Amino acid sequence: MSKNNGAIMKICFTAKGTTLDAQTEERFGRAPYFILVDSENGSFETIQNPFADGGGGVGPKAAQVLIANNVKALVSGQVGGNAQEVLAAAGIAMYTYRAAGSVRDAFDQFTKNTLERSV
Amino acid sequence: MKLAIASGKGGTGKSMVAANLAFTLSTTDKVTLVDCDVEEPNLHLFFPAPAMMTEVTVPVPVVDETTCQHCGKCGEFCQYGALTVLSKRVLFFPELCHSCGGCMLVCPNDAIHEEPKRIGTLSISMPQPGLKLISGTLDTGSPHAVPVIRAAKKLAAQDPVVILDTAPGTSCPVVEALDGCDACILVTESTPFGLHDLQLAVDVVARLGIPAGIVINRSDGKDAETLRFCTDHDLEVMMTIPFSCEIAAIQSRGDLLCRERPEWQKDFCALYAKCRALAGVDE
Repeated sequence: MSKNNGAIMKICFTAKGTTLDAQTEERFGRAPYFILVDSENGSFETIQNPFADGGGGVGPKAAQVLIANNVKALVSGQVGGNAQEVLAAAGIAMYTYRAAGSVRDAFDQFTKNTLERSV
Repeated sequence: MKLAIASGKGGTGKSMVAANLAFTLSTTDKVTLVDCDVEEPNLHLFFPAPAMMTEVTVPVPVVDETTCQHCGKCGEFCQYGALTVLSKRVLFFPELCHSCGGCMLVCPNDAIHEEPKRIGTLSISMPQPGLKLISGTLDTGSPHAVPVIRAAKKLAAQDPVVILDTAPGTSCPVVEALDGCDACILVTESTPFGLHDLQLAVDVVARLGIPAGIVINRSDGKDAETLRFCTDHDLEVMMTIPFSCEIAAIQSRGDLLCRERPEWQKDFCALYAKCRALAGVDE
């Protein structure tokens, strides 16, 4: 669980691996890893998505992981309807990144404000 | 006697076999025909008659937001992601809910109760003397076929002779329809797809411990591979229906082969006798 007080903004990137050099993952609910990057200093932590291989309803479950970790924005390729509803209700902004580059590249684009905000 | 008609592959002629079998038996016995293909029931097309309708409902949770402390226990418990607990409200996704009632049990504040939600309908008709038809229909957009199939079967639970037409495939709706049956007819056709999906269906009925026999429909005479598979797996080919323009025309009009060509009734009577033997029911 997060200890931060909300002053620092945590951005979640869906990823195929555990570091900033890992390739981004297009899917949200079934992404193998969530990489949470601190927008102030670029430090990050990695969470393995426990629902990546789940049977169903993984979208809302994965969204709850983000809520529990005090994430403020999500950058992913494709967010399903149920997950979107949960994230929107929790006030988490959603941005679309489909370039299949690294998490670092997605983070660069996010900081340059070139990503399209989906919700 | 509860006899299921299943197939694996869709479009092999399950409903054709079920309708003709029920029609033939109803001339001498009381028969209940249950359409368990609730995502697209079609047996009523062969037996048009005024029907009595009832609704099928499942219990779903309703959260009382004034009592709820948003502790999150229900959301953690739900394996299907149907409940998401936010700091000030609970989001519920009814299409993900499996009606297990667990959220209600784990809630420490008694903030959850259940209310019925409609997911489909049952229709019951008596299209001709001796024949009762029960059709389950899943509402459009409702994802859970199993409770509708269960409700349809329950209506026929006390009836002496029940013929159940299952959905194609080998998934949950088929397993639910097969559950508790005494025997099963697997309908296949003379194609590689028919054989491939028959193999899957044979595996399912074997795991359920239901004795099965085979009907080859639309046979073009080139059934060597299917016959070899049946021999290898100790499955009796109980009936072979030829690939025939006349049969197709009768079927396409919504008529019944056994009504239009009554000489077929003895073949369906023989098929039923073989099914009784399969099930170990004494004549």
